[in-house]
Amino acid sequence: MTDVCFYFQVHQPYRLRMYTVFDTGNNYFDDKNNEKIMKKVAEKCYIPANKILLKLIKKNKGRFKIAFSITGTAIEQMQKYAPEALESFKRLAETGCVEFLSETYHHSLAFIYSKEEFIENIKLHEELMKKTFNQVPTIFRHTELIYNNDLAKAAEDLGYKGILAEGADHLLGWRSPNYVYTPENCKKIKLLLKDHKLSDDIAVRFSNKEHPLTVKKFASWINAIEGDVVNLFMDYETFGEHQGKETGIFEFLEKLPDELLKNNKFITPSEAILHKSRGEFDSKEFTSWADIERDVSAWLGNEMQKEAGRKLYILKEEIEKSNDKKLLEDWRKMQTSDHFYYMCTKRFGDENVNNYFNPYETPYEAFTVYMNILNDIMTRLKNKK
Amino acid sequence: MKVLMFGWEFPPFSNGGLGTACQGLTKGLKNNNVHVTFVLPKAQKDAKASHVNLISANNLVLENCDDIDFAEIQTLLMPYISYDEYGEKYKNLEDNESTVYGKNLYEEVYRYSKKAALIARFNDHDIIHAHDWMTYKAGVEAKKVSGKPLIVHMHATEFDRTGGHPNQKIYDIERMGMREADHIIAVSNFTKQKVVDHYGIPPDKITVVHNAVEFNDYSNSEVLSKKDKIVLFLGRLTLQKGPEYFLQAAKKVLEKDPDIKFVVAGDGDMENFMINKAAEMGISNKVLFSGFLRGNDIDKAYQMASVYVMPSVSEPFGITPLEAMRNGTPTIISKQSGVSEVIKNTFKVDFWDINQLANKMYALTNYDSLHHEMANNGGKEVHKFSWDIPAGKCVDVYRKTLTYAGA
Repeated sequence: MTDVCFYFQVHQPYRLRMYTVFDTGNNYFDDKNNEKIMKKVAEKCYIPANKILLKLIKKNKGRFKIAFSITGTAIEQMQKYAPEALESFKRLAETGCVEFLSETYHHSLAFIYSKEEFIENIKLHEELMKKTFNQVPTIFRHTELIYNNDLAKAAEDLGYKGILAEGADHLLGWRSPNYVYTPENCKKIKLLLKDHKLSDDIAVRFSNKEHPLTVKKFASWINAIEGDVVNLFMDYETFGEHQGKETGIFEFLEKLPDELLKNNKFITPSEAILHKSRGEFDSKEFTSWADIERDVSAWLGNEMQKEAGRKLYILKEEIEKSNDKKLLEDWRKMQTSDHFYYMCTKRFGDENVNNYFNPYETPYEAFTVYMNILNDIMTRLKNKK
Repeated sequence: MKVLMFGWEFPPFSNGGLGTACQGLTKGLKNNNVHVTFVLPKAQKDAKASHVNLISANNLVLENCDDIDFAEIQTLLMPYISYDEYGEKYKNLEDNESTVYGKNLYEEVYRYSKKAALIARFNDHDIIHAHDWMTYKAGVEAKKVSGKPLIVHMHATEFDRTGGHPNQKIYDIERMGMREADHIIAVSNFTKQKVVDHYGIPPDKITVVHNAVEFNDYSNSEVLSKKDKIVLFLGRLTLQKGPEYFLQAAKKVLEKDPDIKFVVAGDGDMENFMINKAAEMGISNKVLFSGFLRGNDIDKAYQMASVYVMPSVSEPFGITPLEAMRNGTPTIISKQSGVSEVIKNTFKVDFWDINQLANKMYALTNYDSLHHEMANNGGKEVHKFSWDIPAGKCVDVYRKTLTYAGA
């Protein structure tokens, strides 16, 4: 029977305050709103969901396992605004049934702009994982599940044993996401592909009126699958936030393991890659788990996003030379992909776009605030000289 | 269906959005198989257009719109006229003319309504549609004569025009018109709310029909080089349009970027005030007053500008941002406007928020990719607008009103 691999993403950005070109001073972040959102998400999702997971792990004595990837910006904000949520993640880590994955500390797009920054940012995250959860990650996942051949190679060179990606239909063709593959031109690293149908049945469609998802129904879908492993990858905020408590999502989470354990085994990504590779997987273009396109157009689709990215990363050398720790920190917080996502014009104007915690009315406002702050960072750099 | 429509201006010789809206709406109604007789006051002795030009302008309109019948009434009514301005006009009339016109604005409105009644008697129509307060009496008189249902169309309330200090008589006419009407059309939710709040009209008597914009005879052939950073104000220089906020924002932006130029296009009772204010602020060398623009010059002004700003204090609809978008010019618009309910690819600010107004002027003149994206997406968005849509909604209102009146 197919193994089941659950991985949850935990991330919160430092949202920017409405900085105008007339503002000065390096208080760029909307502390009030960030605090409010972190507290709300901790209360509605992280704390109650962690409580359920801890109970399930204890009850099943090693048979129920999961994986998390938690960004540095999320952990910092938990420390500041919701320490009890962070404590509950630590309790989970102590069980030995929870694996933590590697990613960039700042949930960045650095790989696209600066390989050096990309690597340094991963190291920062690794240290944080060691310090916070006493684990050194061996599996890599990129911001928003962005992936291509070059990224897989870079992850292999960094020593990772596995990497995660979207099981994008246009790349899979006739093949199934429920097997382990080897990225093109790689030898050691293995690839785990998200089963987007089954993942989205929970993350996106759980509360659809025509789609009341029961534990039995979902387990029967899993059992109907032929393959080695079903990868269920999703945002952790699915539980209690995207899918509110009233939808019954927590009851679903609580009951699903018992039902699946009748026929299936839970494994973590580092166990999943022990399955035999079923062949090479070629992805020259970038894929991701975002939007219908499943590519990088959500962050690099328009001229504003390109200008903002270019102008941010070009500063790397000068920022480092400045030897200013606060400046470096501010610059890195500006790398978070959410800032670029807010500038997306793709479906701006459609009524049903998921503007989850987006503080801006328009992508133009998002860009303007971002550039005003970047201008101030540049002024600070100039003043250093 | 046959509609007897009362308006007061029509392009190309119109002073503002109302004429443009009436032109678009009547074209859209034609496409919806509605026959319109458009009654138009024939303005004379206008300071901006000589007697001869205006007549020829009206002839031109008649030739261009052979599907719409025009009926003209000799009056001194002008769009946006105030009580005092009417008095001035009346004083300047030749002796033999003054016997034809009323001694004051209200007499004139009354006279216009009596003529309208005459037209209603001999014109075959199913429904009456009157645009803004000066034609409301005409609409009511026409209804008395023909017994057909009356629709009044609120393009602007007296509260919008006067910045919240309404003239009692005009207010009374507006309220009378809306009470006598069988149904009311408002150009935005913003306007509907004003009508409910200030005139005590029940909300279910009002249907919101947003304006559109015309593209038929438009070609973007002339692309001017945009080397200069130019921020444009285009509109009447009156309290309602918020030109003073434009100047204050200009002053603020210039402290950050002295290379930006500001163009104020339009005239009105605040013109001298504006010129003096710019001098007082010490920014006269950066602010150009172009006066009132017409026809092609308007499109050229939009094309030359890096940004179009509409800082209106109270704008029932506001068609100019759509015209700017059509010309590929990014816009900053007041949240206190009807048009902000229907467009997305723009910056929306509170008219009093000088800081944000200036911040966004700076952004659109300094961040190239922002200008590029908003111009492109705005251009695409505005092409979705067609007068056939609001005209279709008017037809729905006609049908429902006729059904109700017949029952």
